[in-house]
Parts: sequence; structure tokens; C-alpha cells
Amino acid sequence: MTEHVVIVGGGTGGTVLANDLADRLEPELDAGDVRVTLVNDDPDHVYKPVWLYVPFGQREPDDGRRALDDLVDDAIDLRIDRVSDIDTEARRLRFRGNSPPVSYDHLVLATGSTLEPDRIPGLAEAGHDYYSESGATDLRDELLAFTDGDLVLSVIGTPHMCPAAPLEFVFMADDWLRERGLREDVDITYTYPIQRVHGNPHIAEWARPLMEERDIRTETFFNAEAIDPETETITSMEGTELEYDLLVTIPPHAGVDLIEEAGLGDDGWVDVDRHTLEAEAAENVYALGDTADTGVPNAGSVAHYQAGVVGQRLASKIRGRPATATYDGKTLCFIETGMDAASFVEFDYEKPPSPAPPSEKLHWSKLAYNESYWLTARGLL
Amino acid sequence: MTDIEPDDTVDARGAACPGPLMDLIGRIRSAESGDVIRLLSDTDQSLTDVPEWAEEAGNELLAVEEIDDHNAFYVEKA
Repeated sequence: MTEHVVIVGGGTGGTVLANDLADRLEPELDAGDVRVTLVNDDPDHVYKPVWLYVPFGQREPDDGRRALDDLVDDAIDLRIDRVSDIDTEARRLRFRGNSPPVSYDHLVLATGSTLEPDRIPGLAEAGHDYYSESGATDLRDELLAFTDGDLVLSVIGTPHMCPAAPLEFVFMADDWLRERGLREDVDITYTYPIQRVHGNPHIAEWARPLMEERDIRTETFFNAEAIDPETETITSMEGTELEYDLLVTIPPHAGVDLIEEAGLGDDGWVDVDRHTLEAEAAENVYALGDTADTGVPNAGSVAHYQAGVVGQRLASKIRGRPATATYDGKTLCFIETGMDAASFVEFDYEKPPSPAPPSEKLHWSKLAYNESYWLTARGLL
Repeated sequence: MTDIEPDDTVDARGAACPGPLMDLIGRIRSAESGDVIRLLSDTDQSLTDVPEWAEEAGNELLAVEEIDDHNAFYVEKA
């Protein structure tokens, strides 16, 4: 009897896993003992880190798009549709489009993050972001025309995709404006919801002096409550009010509704064992990447490593062997500290990050990785 | 044992810092003025995070209750 693995989500985690299984289970796939289906609601795979560079005119959104059909191994069934319902009792998925329901033996949820700007009054109207393709191109137009005034970057809530990206943006904006001779006419303010400038205390301790050196103002314990586009002010729950001329925000994030509706976790994040990535509320269900509530950063490297663990565990189970692979929280991250310098961190559940001194070499390493990302998606790197 | 009756409870046990504080802030955001939110957290960092934030935001930390391996924080929204 054919065992059916269904992966929902064609971002980094889902795509790497699909290609990992195509390689790992090649004999079983060839023999028809196993079938793997990848479901995504967009025919394209999107590499979101490209968006950080779009506002500065360094990349185009198309640089981060490839057809899934070209990226995913031919042994994988690709279905372009949106899942509307997960029934973990019946082990069945339904779809919004014309696809008939699908039954699974093993389900992997890699549905990622969505943006919810409507949670904050005024945000959708007044805030700019680089966490969406349209947001990044709109922000590019604003930034190119911005020559003086208050630039405020506000991190509204966590978790959000790429915890380093807000720091990267203000460091890059500072450097970019200096290069253009505009920095003296622009005040940059960075706000963060808790009492330090980053969720991870080690990264916060590293970033804060850099921000002071670069004259980037900080407002901590700042949880945006409302934005008034008329007066161009942003107000926090803590009672602080900031004026802005250009407001860049990290909008509130959530997962997808169908996860909560299926009873797998709150806010669209699946409650999992953080080592095995198995869902706590259902059998034969895994989650990875942003979707898995493990407490590690919502980062592509996390999804990449977790996909390898889930791939190994699935292959073991399908072959009737004990699954022994576990995820140790491994996270790798380059952090841009300007237009031509970057730092690098590596950490896991046990070992805290220790950011490397910023260098040009690390900046080029980050750009080189961005170029070679497509090999990662194919499961080659 | 406190006899405070919370209007809502946020169970952030198992979450690493700053998860519990962010969960509390998220729930306070949608609460009504006067509502009491109970936060369950098993990270020691919450013992400093929660009082600091409650003071900064003008909310009142009514009580901190020690229960086995975690703490319960009762915060009233201003």
C-alpha cells in the first residue's frame, strides 16, 4: 500500500523537505510505495530575504521568485491550491479551489507567517514595510524621495520573520543616507516592544553600542497602539508618542487560521515537541519553520535544518525503523551592519549567539549565500 | 494562594524569553480596562520583565504567585 506524505507550504521549509524526501526516498518513490505531495497556494517560491535590499534599490522582487515547478524534483506531486480544512482524525485535507480532498498518512505543515497590519489602527494606511513584496517596492519609492526628517522603524510585536532584519534595516539606512550626504538631515529612531533592542539578550548587548555609535535613537518598551496618519504620530501602549515623516514597521505576524481551527495551536503556530517537531495535539503531523512553535527565530536557516530532521524522521518511520533524528535549535544568521559590512551568528537551544565583528567579508558572504540560496531550495546545499 | 479571579489566562509555560512577556502584552492589548490577566511563566526572567513592563505601561501587577515550577502573574489593565 502506498504511503502518502503531504507537505503544506512551498516556502523554504516545505520546498527543502520535498526535495530532501525525493532524494532520501528515491527507491520507495520509484517503486510506488511512497507518494509525496507538496501543496502551495502560489505557483512561485518566494525567497523573502531579497526584500530587505529592495528599498535601497539593490535588488528587485523578481530576484527572489522562482517557479516551484522548476525548483521541486519531478518525483514530487505539486498541487497549486489553498488548504481550507485539516481533519487530523480522518487524516484528510480539503481545498478552497477545485482540488478534490486528499488523504494523508503523514502531514507536514510549513505554512509560514502572514502579516496582520489591521491589528493596529492606522498601520495599513501609514506604515511601510519590507516584509511583503508590495511593501518593499512602496518603501523603495518613499525612501528614494526622502531627504530629511524623522525616520522611525517600529517593531510591532514578536515573533516576526527574521528577527535580525529590523536591526539590519536601520544599520543599512544609516549607512545609505551617509553615503548620499543626507544623514545629518535625517533622525533615525528604532523602537522595540521589550526593555532591550532585540529579543535575544546577547544580540541586544551587541547591537546597542553600535546603534549609539551610529546615532540611531532607541525607544524600548514601545508597543505601538495606534498610528495617526493625519498628524504623523505613532503612540505606544506605554504612553510614548513619536512623530515621523517616514514610518517603517514590522507588522504584527500570525500563522494561518486553519491551524487553530484544526486544534493544533494558537495564532496559527503549531504546538510541537521542539526536538522531534511532532505536533502535540495530533498523530503523524509535523510542523517546521515559522509554523512550529519552538521559540527559535523565524528564519530560513531554521526551516532548512528542521526540514532535514523531519525528512530523516519520516524516512525512518516509512521504513519501519525508530526515528532518531532531532532538532537542536540550530540557527545561522548573517546580520548586515551597513551597505558593505555584516556580522554573523550561530546558536542553538543550549549555546547562545556571539555576534562576529562586522566585516566586508561577512557582507559578501551574505550576498553570496543569497545567490546560492536556490541550491538550498533544491536540497543541494 | 491569591483569591484574585482573572478575566483571562495566558499560559506561556515552556516559552523562552521574551515570549511570556510578549504573550502578556498581546493579551493586554485586546483586554478591556480593568480586566485582570493571569500570566503563567516558568522562566525566571519574567520575574523582572513583567514588573518592569507593568510599571512602564501603567498597568498594575496585583500579585505574583509561586506554584511548583512556575509563577502566576496577575496584571490589571489600566
